[in-house]
Parts: sequence; structure tokens; C-alpha cells
Amino acid sequence: MPSTALLLSQAFNGLALGTLLALVASGLTIILGTLGVLNFAHGALFMLGAYAMYVVMAHTGSWLLGLLAGGVFMLVVGVALERVLVRLFYQRPHEDQILVTFGAGIVIVEAVRAYFGGNTKSVPTPSWGQGIVRLGFLFYPTYRLELIGIVAALLFALYLVLYRTSIGLVVRAGIEDARMVGVLGINVRRAFLAVFALGVLAAGAAGMLYAPIVSVQPDMGGSFLVEAFVVIVIGGLGSYPGAVVGGLIAGEIVSLTSAFNTAYSEVMLYAVMALLLVLRPQGLFGSEGRV
Amino acid sequence: MNESREFLSLARRRALQLGLGTAGGLLVPGLFADLARAAEAPIGTWPAGVAGDSVFVGVTSPLTGPYSADGKDHVKGYELAFAEINEGGANAKAWGLKGKGVLGKQIKYGVADSELKPNVAVQAQTQFIQRDKAIMITGCVSSAEAVAVEELAQRDKVLNMVGASGANATTGHDCQRYGFRSQPSAYMACKALAPIVAQHYGRGKKVAYLVPDYNYGHSVFRSFAAFTKPYGWTTVAKVVIPLATSDYSSALLNIANSGADIFVNIEFAAQAVNSTKQGAQFGIFKKMQMIVPNISSFQGQETGPALMQGVFGTMDWYWKLEDRFPLSKRFVNAFRAKFRYTPAWGANIGYMQTYIWALAVERAGTFYPPAVIKTLEASKANPFDSTLGKVWYRAYDHQLIRPVPVVVANSAKQMKNKDDVFDIVDLVPGEQAISPPAFLGCKLGPYT
Repeated sequence: MPSTALLLSQAFNGLALGTLLALVASGLTIILGTLGVLNFAHGALFMLGAYAMYVVMAHTGSWLLGLLAGGVFMLVVGVALERVLVRLFYQRPHEDQILVTFGAGIVIVEAVRAYFGGNTKSVPTPSWGQGIVRLGFLFYPTYRLELIGIVAALLFALYLVLYRTSIGLVVRAGIEDARMVGVLGINVRRAFLAVFALGVLAAGAAGMLYAPIVSVQPDMGGSFLVEAFVVIVIGGLGSYPGAVVGGLIAGEIVSLTSAFNTAYSEVMLYAVMALLLVLRPQGLFGSEGRV
Repeated sequence: MNESREFLSLARRRALQLGLGTAGGLLVPGLFADLARAAEAPIGTWPAGVAGDSVFVGVTSPLTGPYSADGKDHVKGYELAFAEINEGGANAKAWGLKGKGVLGKQIKYGVADSELKPNVAVQAQTQFIQRDKAIMITGCVSSAEAVAVEELAQRDKVLNMVGASGANATTGHDCQRYGFRSQPSAYMACKALAPIVAQHYGRGKKVAYLVPDYNYGHSVFRSFAAFTKPYGWTTVAKVVIPLATSDYSSALLNIANSGADIFVNIEFAAQAVNSTKQGAQFGIFKKMQMIVPNISSFQGQETGPALMQGVFGTMDWYWKLEDRFPLSKRFVNAFRAKFRYTPAWGANIGYMQTYIWALAVERAGTFYPPAVIKTLEASKANPFDSTLGKVWYRAYDHQLIRPVPVVVANSAKQMKNKDDVFDIVDLVPGEQAISPPAFLGCKLGPYT
């Protein structure tokens, strides 16, 4: 049995892990919820964000500039991807959408590998994020601690966009019935473009924030895509609150299981997902038959 | 049908050659031996694969995925060796090969991306065997690939020079008659390393382990724990982590809370860099000294001297061995000239194994696999000169008996240039590090 101190440490770590998972998953879920497209390039876009941060940091050393320039870059990537590829697949079966986004993901990963090489890149922790903070019994990296706040702020901003703006209203109406929104004379296609770009931005932002923590390499997005998918299944496909709560739950599952045996942390995550699929197939916040 | 026709035409050609002059055959021992073996039943891709004026070698290596940097370096080692052997220049002569190619045959080869997946590696090698009649298959950067391809080699009776694989099983429980491994096993690496780190850090240390959850990880853990036990080192945390982990925070919290003095990081390549970097964020290196029993090719450069300095470990080979072994010097120079960087040990494995295979074929005077295998098995009496000095394969488990370089990472201040990442602390003789016979449970399969 692990000590109480370790359990509490892991519970806290679960919160930090959970907020990051929530941010990765939120991009995936708003695209799925609004456009009905399960974006399998999400992991690659996460990685692309991390590389954007790497490039800007390597040239300017500024984290804030990395976040801003990276953000603009991700929006451009999102718009281009939607206009050139994804929009052609809105009316196609889910299998086609999965295949085309999966393929796009492979192209992005291999393009990055061809340009930057397969070796890992290191992104420095910003000066204000260096060191370790002592929280009573627990020592925790400063940057990870600050990240909890930064991610929470981003998730709140995303909430404001989705729930407190007119475009958010269109998006949420589009989730319920895209055709009806169109009939009402609203340009749904433009809203769809905005949503896709926003989802890509969320994935990229998560990658940018994560870059100083992990080592940056072309395949880093793979495991995040899988975990984000588990998160939105738990939270309810297409539900934004579901992604946030699901992310926190997933973070706690991984972290608390690790206190006992790290080897089982992922297994436990899938076990909980399987259990939930049996008991509540639509997920915690999902409504039946929405996606 | 097709195969038997090939075999017939081969027999006809042989008869013709025989008629043209036995004297010529006597001058080329290889040809003569292969003729003498015409009576042997075909096996694997022999003799179909040696019918023309070239032979084919199938290479698989992870060119994508977390081990891709090591995998690409690995392939370059093969490419250099193939080019040198085909050309028959000074380097090939220095290794002891005669003329151009192997037994006068040029080496053609194919390279396939294994994606670090055993089934993909097996699929690609199967294609090389069936389509290209590969006479030898080789390459990998993980023990999972190694063991899977070895099994294929045994089933299809095609020689397999393993590639980069550190798990004990490769020449232990999963060993095969057709598989030969040059990298030190986890057992050898840890046996070589343990006395040196014990002397450096002292007795009675508490150790926390980060163990990737596959064959290799568990192998290294068991070996390192066993060999440091006599020095009073005890395991206070064994943190086993899933393979594709990218966020180590929960694992590192366990290690940070373990009260250990020593942190043994068994992760490999990109995963090793990543876990080390995150370990620093959790302040682990303020309390613990890191040891990496098997340091991956680019781990030193990618992690950087700030975190790596003072870290002990072993490596298959390091470029500074050029000071001790002339063939290493030739290898480093040729590799730098061709690829514009200093080779890492993944490249050495590809390079060295290709040469040893070519030498064994020339010694046997034939590509006939059982004869080549027996030549390799008998190499103790007549060791091969290599980039690691004199080396030979142990007959009962096909582990290469070779020195194990124990290294320590330099600090930024100690580094004379960007390649000066490690210093070689000791070169532990292979005989001193090797496991006792049958200890790892190897039972080789049949020759035919």
C-alpha cells in the first residue's frame, strides 16, 4: 500500500495531467461534435504545435512569442486543412473521414521527420517556469504547476467562445441540427471552418504548452491521440464539458493507478472506458444518438 | 515448379563450369566448395539465392517511430559495409576479405522500415526471402523485432545477423540456430558495469528503476539488480511503465518518493531522453545519480551534458575506440567521409556484422547456411578481427564474445567538441562478462 503522501501527490499530479488531457481532448471533441468528423490527424497537429514552439524558441527564446506565432500558424494550418481536404468529406461516410484524416496525420508526421529528422528536440522551460515548488509533502515542477493555471484559462476561454458568443451559438446549434441552422440563413460552412480551425488550434496549443515538458519528436502525438479519444469516449462524444471532466477523470485514473503499479495505469484507463461503454454508452455528458 | 527449374539450370551451369576447368575451380576456393556441395539438398534460399553474380541481403530497421534515429544510423552502417565489400578496396582488405564482393559475388540489398513492429519486420523480411531470395537477413533496434526475425530465420533456414538487441532472450530462451547477436546481452552489459559503478558510488546503495514494459526492460532490470546485489545494492522502487509513455510524471513521482540514491533508467532512445528530461523537472537528480545500463546511440547528445554528465553506462561501441582498434579508425573515417557525421553504435552493429558474415562465408568457402553457421560457431579457435578487436561467437548460444565498453558522460566543460560526449572508463573483456553456459536457457534449433 503506498503512503498517504504518495497518494496525495499522485492525486495532485492527476489534476495536472487531467487539465492537459482535457485541452487535447477538447479540440477533438468540438470538431467531432460540430462537424461529425473524427479527426485522426489530431495527434499530428499536437506534434506540429510542439515543433512550432521549438522553432520559435530556438530563434527568439521567447515562450510568449512561441505561443502567439504558433497559434497563428496552427490557425493557418487548420484553415488550409479544412478548405483543401476535410470539407470535401463532410458528406462522406465516417470510415472515409477517418481514413483521410489518418492519412493527413501520416503525411504531417513524415513531413516533419523529413525536415527536422527523427532525433528528439529539446525545448527549454521558460525562465519563470524553472525549478521546483514545495507544496507541503510534495515537490512539483514549477512549470507543470503554472501549466494547470494556463490550461484552465485556455479551457475557460474556449468555454466563453462556445457558450457566450454568437458564433458559439451557431456552432452549438450546428451540433444539434446543421441543416436547420442553414435553413435559417446562417452560413454554416463558415462556422464549420471556424470550428475546425479552433479545434486544430486547441491541439496545437496543447502541443506548444507540452513542448518544454516532454522531448519533441515526430511521433509524440500518437499516444496523446489515443488518450484524447479515450477521454472523449468517457466524457461523451462531442461534448465540451465532457472533454474537460473526462480529461480530469482520465488524469486521476492514470496517476492514482500509478501509485500502486505504473504498468497498469493505461490498462486501468481502458478498463474504465470499457465499463462506462457498458453502463452508459453515450458517455458522462453525451446525449444518445448525437454523433 | 519454378524453383525446380531454377535448380536444374543451376546444376547445368555448375556442370559447365566443372567442364571448363577444375583448375579454375581450385583457384577460387569458394566456387569449388559450392560445387562440392552441389549434392546438398537445397535449404532456405540456397542455392537459388547464390545462382547469379550477386547475392541479396534483406535489412529491416525502424526508420519511423521513437527509435528511428538509431534505426537510420544502423542502416547507414550496413550501407557503408556493403559498398566497401562490393568495391573490394583497402577497408575490405583490412578486414581480411579477398577481391570484390563476397566469394566474388556483389551484395545487393533492400532496406525496409520495420516501424519498430515485429510483425512488420517479419513481413518485410519474408518478402526479401521469397521475392529476392535473400541469403542473409539482418537489422533491428529492439529485442521484440530481433526475436521475431530470428524465429522467421530458423523457420525459413535463412541466416540472421540480428542487429541491435540487448535482451537476454535473443541469445537465451528465444535463441535460434540461424540467429547470431553481436551486441552485448543485458547480462553482459550489467556484469561489466556493476563492479565499476559499485566502486564509484560505494556499497549499500538504494536503487530505483524505470523499466519499459517489454522483454528488454525486464531483462536489464533483472541483470542489473542481480549484479549489484553482491555490493549491497537494494531495489527500493521498480517502476514499470507502458511502452508508448510520453508523460512520465506519475512514474517519476513514485521514484522521487522512493528514497533512492541511484536512479537506473532503462528507457531507450527518444524515451530515455524524454524520461531523463522530465526526471530533472521533478528534481530527481538533486537526490539521485542516474545510471543507464545500455546507453542508446544519440542519448548523450540529445539529453545534453547538463543532465548527462557523470552518468555511467555501457555501449555496444563508441567512436573513441578508434584509438585502440585500427578497424574502428577505418570505420569512423569512412563513415564520416560518406555521411558527414560521426557514427554511433547502431551503425557499428550493422557495419561489423556485415563484415563478420562476409568473412565467415569466405572462410566456409560457400554461402550454404549450415556451413556458414558452423564456421561462425567455430570462430573461437580463429577469432575475427573487428572494430572491437578480436571477437568470436559462442557455439552454444550464438552470443558474440567481445569487449564491453563502459563509459561515463562528460560535462560541458570536459567536452572538447560536440562528439566528445563520453569517455571510455573501461573495456571489459567479453570472457569476463559472459553468462555461464546454458544460464539463459538457450537451446539452438536444427541446422537443416
